[in-house]
Amino acid sequence: MTMLQESPDRVHISLIQPRLPQFAALIIAGIAAALGLLLLVLGTGLVPAVLIGALVFLVALPLWSFFIEGRRGATDRLMTSLIWTTFFIALVPLVSLLWRVIAKGAGRIDGTFLSYSFFKTQIDQPVGIYHAIIGTLLVTLGAAVISVPIGVMAAIYLVEYGKKNKLAKAITFLVDVMTGIPSIVAGLFAFALFTLIFGPAYVSGFGGSVALSLLMIPIVVRATEEMLRLVPDDLREAAYALGTPKWKTIVKIVVPTSLGGILTGITLATSRVIGETAPLLLIAGATDRTNMNLFDGAMTTLPVLIYGQNLRGDEAAEAIAWGAAFVLILIVMVLNLVARIVGKIFAPKKN
Amino acid sequence: MTAPTTEIEDEPADWASVRGGVGDRIFYGLALGAGCVILAALAGVFVFLAIKGASGFSKPSEVYGPHAESFLGYVFPLLVGTFTASIIALIIAVPMAFGIALVISHYAPRWIATPVAYVIDLLAAVPSVVYGLWGAFFLAKQLVPMHVWLHDTFGSWPVLGALFGEPNPAGRSVLTAGIVLAIMILPIITAITREVFSRTPRLHEEAALALGATRWEMIRMTVFPYAKSGMVSAVMLGLGRALGETMAVTMVLSVGFDLSWNIIATSSPTSIAANIALKYKERSADMLNVLVATGLVLFLVTFLVNFVARWIIGRSERRMAR
Repeated sequence: MTMLQESPDRVHISLIQPRLPQFAALIIAGIAAALGLLLLVLGTGLVPAVLIGALVFLVALPLWSFFIEGRRGATDRLMTSLIWTTFFIALVPLVSLLWRVIAKGAGRIDGTFLSYSFFKTQIDQPVGIYHAIIGTLLVTLGAAVISVPIGVMAAIYLVEYGKKNKLAKAITFLVDVMTGIPSIVAGLFAFALFTLIFGPAYVSGFGGSVALSLLMIPIVVRATEEMLRLVPDDLREAAYALGTPKWKTIVKIVVPTSLGGILTGITLATSRVIGETAPLLLIAGATDRTNMNLFDGAMTTLPVLIYGQNLRGDEAAEAIAWGAAFVLILIVMVLNLVARIVGKIFAPKKN
Repeated sequence: MTAPTTEIEDEPADWASVRGGVGDRIFYGLALGAGCVILAALAGVFVFLAIKGASGFSKPSEVYGPHAESFLGYVFPLLVGTFTASIIALIIAVPMAFGIALVISHYAPRWIATPVAYVIDLLAAVPSVVYGLWGAFFLAKQLVPMHVWLHDTFGSWPVLGALFGEPNPAGRSVLTAGIVLAIMILPIITAITREVFSRTPRLHEEAALALGATRWEMIRMTVFPYAKSGMVSAVMLGLGRALGETMAVTMVLSVGFDLSWNIIATSSPTSIAANIALKYKERSADMLNVLVATGLVLFLVTFLVNFVARWIIGRSERRMAR
């Protein structure tokens, strides 16, 4: 935590400001931790004990520093501690959330939970989230099929053809703005579009795909654009020198060179939209049956199922919601992991 | 990679025609078309919301329900709810995000900074509905004592007292929703500020240190001035994200129509996005038009916020390029 450049055995002359020993922060941290532990033993509960321990550390170290190192040293130490504290505070919700989902959700997972839907043909049939998993995969696949070609081609236009002309600048700027579209607005757009064309009662998984692709395209464009810009111009010029037409240069030289980055970007974009709830709530609806047809009828996805179970609020519904949340987080984490591995495998070789 | 060469060897006589040939024109057309689809999509969002929502602005007063008589009366509490939750989220998330960005860019050694950045990215990967579930079933209950404490401690103070009135017994208040929102917008603010912090010229930093500045003074004197516009736009982008976030507010907040300063109240107005998610099921044509109209308002507000944020980023980038 502290970065003292001086070794303790150096002889201090009056020109050098006195400083705290190198392990000052550790000593105070130890005292604070001991105090927190003592409070915990005395029975104050975990949260107050941790809070008081942290507060003691935040006050004691700058105070000590103030008397030895003066005001500026004390400010520096206070800010260092505060800045590190922010990180540890941010860890709390992440750990709490993951622990909660795993503790409550992992136990619910078994073969039945994954292979049955909500639709019962017999009265005592078990329920599961099979229909929602299928729905999630189909809707997301649909979104990827729409967004990947458009996103990648648009990025190619921006990098290879646009060369900073007005249209390219406008597209770049609007793509940036598009990343900030609220997901529910994307859902309303798909809802307005499809109900205007097909009548007011329209629901389908495909509508959900359209809404999701609106959220996914900007991410794909940005990722692809960045990767294409990394391709050195020498490669393009070498291809031109061999008489290769521009489009073939792009398809066979530029895109393969940056393929790893593009695939990583696409995977990350997929993992971003796979957890979207609000747009699907509006346009894809919810059903108890397994619907394999993307273009007809309501289609439940995992996030919508979680939301629905949360609304019902009873004990069994809550258990299903946590189970589904566990599966959803698992899918997202696996996608993130795949993205990293793909990025590593296809990474351009460096000299 | 050998394919282009073989192609050319196959038809050497056609070089000239291939260069400016059909393939090139088709491919260019496809790329240009994809770019235009994006422009059309964004215009389409506006146009279709306007078509569907236009009539929602001026319905007979009974459509707007028991609590409002006109569209303005309907959307105003929702706007207040949207901004209250978002501002609470910003107040919590911004200092945290700046702190974490500094940890990654200036405080931690590289072997700690990389995993720290990864952990923050993990926060962004968690689906919003899972945050909602966690907020509704877990965090709200945990925050009940804090609500009571806030009310007991500050409830009688002159100004703060207005903020901490009668607490929600289940903890499902705007404050809780704001805390969940804060966690959700933390990653985006961190990512952008981290980027601009690390772009501070090394020479500026070393000059400050050489003049005897402590690390905090170095950051205050070189990093912050350099990153100012980036920090502002990061906050704006975080605000845009918070304004449009649906599920956290929908699932956590207990909804009401009492416009008050009390941020731990039992019934506070919800946000525009959450209101749409809660009401869409009614599917009465009139109500749907009104909801789409509120969606249009939300779209315009977030568009404006994002527009300004991107404009600030673009301006500072141009200035640095010079």
